[in-house]
Amino acid sequence: MTKYTEDDLREELKTKEYEYGFYTDMESDTFPIGLDEDVVRAISLKKEEPQWMTDWRLEAFRAWKDMIEPEWANVKYVKPDFQSISYYSAPNTKPKYDSLDEVDPELLETFKKLGISLDEQKALAGVAMDVVIDSVSVATTFKKTLNEKGIIFCSISEAIREHPELVRKYIGTVVPQKDNFYAALNSAVFSDGSFCYIPKGVRCPMELSTYFRINQANTGQFERTLVIADEGSYVSYLEGCTAPSRDENQLHAAVVELIAMDDAEIKYSTVQNWFPGNAEGKGGVYNFVTKRGLCEKNAKISWTQVETGSAITWKYPSCILKGDNSVGEFYSIAVTNNHQQADTGTKMIHLGKNTKSTIISKGISAGKSQNSYRGLVQVSSRADNARNFSQCDSLLMGNDCGAHTFPYIEVKNKSAIIEHEATTSKIGEDQIFYCNQRGIDTEKAIALIVNGFSKEVLNKLPMEFAVEAQKLLEISLEGSVG
Amino acid sequence: MLKINNLHASVEDKAILRGINLEVKAGEVHAIMGPNGSGKSTLASVIAGKEEYEVTEGEILLENVNIDEMAPEERAHKGIFLSFQYPVEIPGVSVTNFMKTAINETRKANGLPDMPANEMLKLIREKSEMLEIDRKFLSRSLNEGFSGGEKKRNEIFQMAMLEPKLAILDETDSGLDIDALRIVANGVNKLRSRDNAVIVITHYQRLLDHIVPDFVHVLFEGRIVKSGGKELAHELEEKGYDWIKEEVNA
Repeated sequence: MTKYTEDDLREELKTKEYEYGFYTDMESDTFPIGLDEDVVRAISLKKEEPQWMTDWRLEAFRAWKDMIEPEWANVKYVKPDFQSISYYSAPNTKPKYDSLDEVDPELLETFKKLGISLDEQKALAGVAMDVVIDSVSVATTFKKTLNEKGIIFCSISEAIREHPELVRKYIGTVVPQKDNFYAALNSAVFSDGSFCYIPKGVRCPMELSTYFRINQANTGQFERTLVIADEGSYVSYLEGCTAPSRDENQLHAAVVELIAMDDAEIKYSTVQNWFPGNAEGKGGVYNFVTKRGLCEKNAKISWTQVETGSAITWKYPSCILKGDNSVGEFYSIAVTNNHQQADTGTKMIHLGKNTKSTIISKGISAGKSQNSYRGLVQVSSRADNARNFSQCDSLLMGNDCGAHTFPYIEVKNKSAIIEHEATTSKIGEDQIFYCNQRGIDTEKAIALIVNGFSKEVLNKLPMEFAVEAQKLLEISLEGSVG
Repeated sequence: MLKINNLHASVEDKAILRGINLEVKAGEVHAIMGPNGSGKSTLASVIAGKEEYEVTEGEILLENVNIDEMAPEERAHKGIFLSFQYPVEIPGVSVTNFMKTAINETRKANGLPDMPANEMLKLIREKSEMLEIDRKFLSRSLNEGFSGGEKKRNEIFQMAMLEPKLAILDETDSGLDIDALRIVANGVNKLRSRDNAVIVITHYQRLLDHIVPDFVHVLFEGRIVKSGGKELAHELEEKGYDWIKEEVNA
């Protein structure tokens, strides 16, 4: 990776508009707007799915029709009209390519703007890419190395075709079709996403990485991700998102399911940078995501997220600590600026004995934004010696933003030890002046203070992501003080 | 080095400095003493460029250049350093990281490339030894959980790292025990040269036993009402400030 210098940052700070606000003009195969059973069937047909998958989708759709969009989150928005969205859009550039030379140059240009050219990624040690652009995977690398270890890493559509027994066994086991409004919608219409299976005892030798993009106007993107770590295996999965500028709100309702079997470990890291809307609060992505992991005996799942984008973020990566001695972790940085709203946190469900969970949440609010942490720690009656440590810190910039903390604790076992700490601080003029006096200008001072505030979480990210994340934090808060 | 002419400054329309005249030449140490509320810390903040203070009259010249319109960081780049009376905490930012940023930002402003890492390490080693600072201290978050003495020693460490032309020490002695006072004073003395100058703001004589001033000024009600040599500090220590007040009011 090229070294990121302060000059680069300075250059970026000058760019007021959303950095990735461009639109690639590629011919697309897009469904007309609207959603009914025929559309669900058509999506399934388009993806050449087996009958059981079609039925599964239809079951989800029927449940969804009777569900009501949830309103409990601390966010305000105009509800999307689900009948005015097109539920399928695929780049026309099929079939898949054997080498980059065959790839649509415009697509390559898109990658370049995103700073993730495949060439660079290939050279980047240990990162395999499965790039999702507008719902269909168009490029996969590093497959060979993974094959040798028996690791399956492919698009979910491919997995449905090539490994139906695995998908059928696990899909919907952690996030059932009827789990919630958005999960049900996703189950009915998901167009693509990633699938990953790590066999018993295998340590995945590289960070697995997928970049998602929303590219087609008015196309909601509904990814479905399923990661299965078999007994004693390990995998680190990176997910990063950017989206081009749009005036209309774009809906994004993903579902991620993680399954960590006995003694397995999954590390799932996200950098989310969907278009947040402009400074007046116009446009921006609605990000309603359901992420959940299941831990069997001695298993461990870590969620790490850096959320800087989206007009609205509604997201609670959770762990079901089913097996004894299992461990769940949640490390989060959520930045809101201008008119962004975030309601994010986690659920740690302690079912097994000696289960442990850690929650570190860092919320940074600027502008007129609202940033809420919402978390549930639940200890069941069987979960002897469960332990949880939660720390929720909020940093405010300016006087028009808000930070809120909603911790829910439900304990049904007396042996549980639950700790919760929360702080709220403000970037003070004194801190800024102190930095100024040492020769550090205000923009840089804010970056320094914010990075310091977020350090515990940034440290949890894989190296290549940490740099990107740090950069994003700085860009997201540009111009928010002074 | 520094020339202050008829400086008036106010905060929220309340006049605090009412006509300061002061000239500090390279190589000199000036002490500014005075009772509480006389404007000592305000003077330090105004020289450093703190925005909440408004200069209503007069001028501040650094090496014959008027710095009134300069932002605080630009003044820092020109070699003004303020050792804060109450240094602020910046959680999660280590002393080392903070210093690295400060030095490189200053170098950048002066058209120099970043300091190479080995040079930086050498400088850190040298200066921390001089100030008898345990290097473990340098990986701690800036001022977070530091004792009063540690904070002040850290200020002088930063001064040593940045090598300013003009250092203003605002009540650096407060919160220091005798040993720490000696170490801090020794540090300042070692940094003194023919090319730089120091302004020591203090309440008490005791710091001036260690950092011996060339001039002592008494600030009262926003004006320098008396100036003299180091013996003036002794006189103030003995007699307090009341006689100054009487002299002024007479």
